[in-house]
Amino acid sequence: MAKIISINPITRLEGHGKIEIFLDDAGNVSNAYLQVPELKGFEQFCVGRPVEELARITTRICGVCPTAHHMCSTKALDAVCNVKPTATALKLRRFIYDAFMAEDHLLHFFFLGGPDFVVGPDAPPGERNILGVIGKVGVEIGKKVIDMRRRIRSIITHLGGRVIHPVCGLPGGVSKGLDEDHRLAFHKIAKESVEFSKFCLQIFNDIVLKNDTYLDLIVGDIFKHETYYMGQVDANNKVDLYDGMIRVIDPTGKEYAKFAGKDYLDHIIEHVEPWTYMKFPYLKNVGWKGFEDGINSGVYRVAPLARLNVSDGMKTPLAQAEYEKMVATLGKPFHHTLAFHWARLIEVMYVCEEMVQLLEDKSITNPDIRNLPKEAPTEGVGVIEAPRGTLIHHYKTDENGLTTNVNLIVATLGNSAAISMSIAKAAKNLIKNGVVNDGLLNMVEMAFRPYDPCLACATHSLPGKMPLIVNIRDRNREIIKSIKRD
Amino acid sequence: MAKPKVAFYWCASCGGCEEAIVDLNEDILKVVELVDIVFWPCAMDFKYQDVRNMKDNEITVAFINGAIRTDEQEEMANLLRKKSQLVIAFGACSHMGGIPGLANFWDKETIFESSYGKDCPSVDNPDNIVPLTISSVPEGELKLPAFHNTVKSLDQVIDVDYYIPGCSPAPYLTMKAIGAILAGELPKKGTVLAPEKSLCDVCERNETKPEKMSLTKIKRISEVIADPEKCFLAEGIICLGPVTIAGCTNEGSGRCITANMPCRGCYGPPPKITDVGVKMISALASIIGLEGEENMSEEEVEQLMSQIEDPAGYFYRFSLPKSLLRRKRMN
Repeated sequence: MAKIISINPITRLEGHGKIEIFLDDAGNVSNAYLQVPELKGFEQFCVGRPVEELARITTRICGVCPTAHHMCSTKALDAVCNVKPTATALKLRRFIYDAFMAEDHLLHFFFLGGPDFVVGPDAPPGERNILGVIGKVGVEIGKKVIDMRRRIRSIITHLGGRVIHPVCGLPGGVSKGLDEDHRLAFHKIAKESVEFSKFCLQIFNDIVLKNDTYLDLIVGDIFKHETYYMGQVDANNKVDLYDGMIRVIDPTGKEYAKFAGKDYLDHIIEHVEPWTYMKFPYLKNVGWKGFEDGINSGVYRVAPLARLNVSDGMKTPLAQAEYEKMVATLGKPFHHTLAFHWARLIEVMYVCEEMVQLLEDKSITNPDIRNLPKEAPTEGVGVIEAPRGTLIHHYKTDENGLTTNVNLIVATLGNSAAISMSIAKAAKNLIKNGVVNDGLLNMVEMAFRPYDPCLACATHSLPGKMPLIVNIRDRNREIIKSIKRD
Repeated sequence: MAKPKVAFYWCASCGGCEEAIVDLNEDILKVVELVDIVFWPCAMDFKYQDVRNMKDNEITVAFINGAIRTDEQEEMANLLRKKSQLVIAFGACSHMGGIPGLANFWDKETIFESSYGKDCPSVDNPDNIVPLTISSVPEGELKLPAFHNTVKSLDQVIDVDYYIPGCSPAPYLTMKAIGAILAGELPKKGTVLAPEKSLCDVCERNETKPEKMSLTKIKRISEVIADPEKCFLAEGIICLGPVTIAGCTNEGSGRCITANMPCRGCYGPPPKITDVGVKMISALASIIGLEGEENMSEEEVEQLMSQIEDPAGYFYRFSLPKSLLRRKRMN
């Protein structure tokens, strides 16, 4: 008898997420579906708004990564208004963005992804949260984590007006400059954040990489997918989060495409399924072959692991050294989904080092923070690497600068097909002949958590259970077995 | 004595309200000492059944963020109402509909078309597939919650005791509200738990606001470099300061005007204002220099409004579902 295992909700993907796993008559996994049961319709309700207001409206797509949407939108506005930001504005935007990336990634490591390793995949579920991490590394360090996050976020509050839904981005620049006092204060925070990144990488090294069981898990087949990868790189093919060209590599590691963000429609297209409100982007010129791995399937992956895959390394010395260590350990391209965690920490190191670099240059306090647009707004595309992947905002306006069309390729979506595949693969490896046990929950969670599905937020910040329930239902949808964390 | 039980739930929202809880920083550890958090899907075991199994009024207070867009959200709001002594609408979406409420300028079909239809340039969908509440896949059937035509604020669906405003609420407002609940010192039911003054009343730029402003042109923020010390309205830039609660004025809470950007009204109106748009039009009328705006003819109103592109999008940015308009009538 066929059964359905329902995991509802998984940690959030831009709202709510649900995974349905189907078992065949023999009790083996036949398929898994990632469903997003919500749609907000930003593409439509941005229409009619003055285009510059979109930078303040689209932040509400995601309150966890509002700075990603804000900066992407601001870049789209530069293009729409055909205005180049001033040199100082570019430095400030990059600095704000680095601060955002650091706090967002750190939150994920300590609150969301880290507990799997720091506390351990076999630890009692009630301990696999931030408090478990604090228990393992000590209360003082726990407080240090909270404090580091608070101080990095204070940078965004100061320059962006607010940290949840910042407002400083305008076509041609930013609305607020940096004074010397704050440059010095933030320089101190940035220096400390570099030390903090070293500490995080040390934890990862000591607890994960030195543990053969964990290392086997990382390099093992259960959490592996050979897909295309997409990410933004600079002129030297180094990882660049704020600007650059979009580079795509195939599953063998060869460059498949490299294009400017404005040409995204030549390369990315979305598939629609009737069973989810979420769309599935794929590589247009490879084609949609379903939820499949391999060189013939257009499924691609984004976010930290993908960015490291498509690049030739990192721009800053400490991040580059750690990148080289990762290459030596795992070999490129990295197909190991669990290695997202490592890649994420390398990016933290990079952005913290870059913050220091930007603040050491006094010119960041120059007053030239805006170029006023001189032309009537028309059409433009903005691209940025959000924590969770390549993010694209595309706007068109009428002659008065009122929005007529909006298209968004949201970062998390880039991994939407791959997350389904990862869940299915983990489930298939674990569920045999109808036997389901609590271990499934750990493994299933560990299959989607590396992607950081847009819930670097409040999750796991409090003692308690993980948001997972697995219901095994018969054909009549009657629950015949329920497994929960408690 | 058992600790008070607290529930958090999210409806159509962005996660910013959850971040606003994490932004309590060290204070969150104090909160956890004082209360038991019994339900928080994003942090804890998610089970409708657990809530259903609770006695009525067993939860001391439920904080619900997000607007109401699907039947699942409506059902959860009703369930939490039944099980909770107090329900607090947390954040602008729950309070007034918020940014997702802008969807009330359109209907479900238009929104689906822009997401999945030919209007979307990046979609390959020759068979015009749209998400369905029930769909068949080779292995069986999959269900999705139904998507409503109209976005609602929480109090349009259930009885709400208090409101914590803001997009997202400043952490100090949350701490104050929790303190008041624990001390049993709550004001009259229906109160918005925030200062009653408007942002204009406490704005440090207020000194530059002339007694009588006379403007001939409304300017868009993208067209000008705003003076960082001057009242935005005095410069002809639309700012919702006169009609918005000063919820954001506490240190560390973040405030748009500190980044030299005008207010867009996320905290909602002070108690005496019933409709933000009506009040804002009247405020602008006096600023623009039309005397006796209450006696304005329709033409005069139209002339005034024509200077402001997308007035509804400015004035009802966070409150369309709760406004007198509520939604656009679709033919």
